[in-house]
Amino acid sequence: MELILIFFSAAIVNNFVLAYFLGICPFIGVSGKISSAFSMGLATTFVMVITSIVTWLIYHLILVPNGLEFLQYVSFILVIASLVQFVEMFIKKVSQPLYRALGIFLPLITTNCAILGLALFIVLKEYTFIQGIVYGVGAGAGFTLAITIMAGIREELDLADVPKPFKGAPITLLVAGILALAFMGFAGLISV
Amino acid sequence: MKTKLTLSKEYIKGLWENNPVFKQVLGMCPALAVTVSALNGIAMALATTFVLVFSSLIISTFRKLIPSQVRIAAYILIIATFVTLVDLIMKAQFPSLSKELGPYIPLIVVNCLILGRQEAFSSKNTVFRSVVDALGMGTGFLIALFVLGGIREILGSRTILGLQVLPDFYEPWLIMILPAGAFLTLGFLMGFLNTYTERKKRLEREAILKKHIKPISDTPINTVEA
Repeated sequence: MELILIFFSAAIVNNFVLAYFLGICPFIGVSGKISSAFSMGLATTFVMVITSIVTWLIYHLILVPNGLEFLQYVSFILVIASLVQFVEMFIKKVSQPLYRALGIFLPLITTNCAILGLALFIVLKEYTFIQGIVYGVGAGAGFTLAITIMAGIREELDLADVPKPFKGAPITLLVAGILALAFMGFAGLISV
Repeated sequence: MKTKLTLSKEYIKGLWENNPVFKQVLGMCPALAVTVSALNGIAMALATTFVLVFSSLIISTFRKLIPSQVRIAAYILIIATFVTLVDLIMKAQFPSLSKELGPYIPLIVVNCLILGRQEAFSSKNTVFRSVVDALGMGTGFLIALFVLGGIREILGSRTILGLQVLPDFYEPWLIMILPAGAFLTLGFLMGFLNTYTERKKRLEREAILKKHIKPISDTPINTVEA
């Protein structure tokens, strides 16, 4: 039961993008088309889940026993960078079109704050191993949800008559603001 | 390659022309997350500037020694080291501020602004130039965060830097200090800034046209539209 709560808390109530502002770069950059947004979400989720596993192990099995907690940022970011490299190689091998569609944003998952933020939140909230993984899955699901909804809205927005200065980033931010308002409706649902 | 700018221009371009938040849309996460109040914005921007300047210093010093294949990893390691430093200093000196900014201080590591500057500038320029550029970008970031935080603080809690500026009968807009307010404020701000710059550009263009092109005759030039 508690695990379900953690999942929904991370995915909907405290959505990483709309409540914590993590992962804004891909949220604005790759949300042009539903298909690429969805695959970006899946790639990010995949990295998130593996990150939550690996960083938990590193933090609790290596850093804490040796009193090296101050090295957490350095070690976390190194792990994330190599994971992303791995995912990039994997996608390049499996699906060339997807690789091209994600373009520059794939290596940028490394600097996606959502990933490092996830690792830090797991440490901060003192989650156990299983809780950490569930939190990672939830955060990934929330990210995928937000970016896919955003892409859906933006596909419609292409046909709308947006004032020229507001085209691109500004209108995306405004839409994100309204989405955040909508997601606030879930606020009372779960309190974790 | 572009012609070299003078040092002062190198600094000033970060303030407005290439403002990291408004123009380059970099470093959005902290810009949106911590700007609940102007003070938080300033603290965040100063911490970011510190990291930016020192990592620029180190990276431009070693720019010829770092092999290009592993440069990103090397940059991130250098940046992470300075972020750890800032985090520890903040925890020791400003515990309350550090608590309020929470995980967003360590998240400076993945601020695209910092990595972006290293990749685009410090890896190709001299030490002194890189530091000046970093200072400029840091100041631009400070301006952006201060404006954003200021607006949200005034409208959301009637105060700026803790001083009350709006009268008591003004009902604070709670939405401004909630996440949605951050998106809306930045969206409107960017939109209005674009409106302003585009108007300015258009006026300039028209002024140049007026100067160089004399009205030749009344017959339109493009009459080939069959």
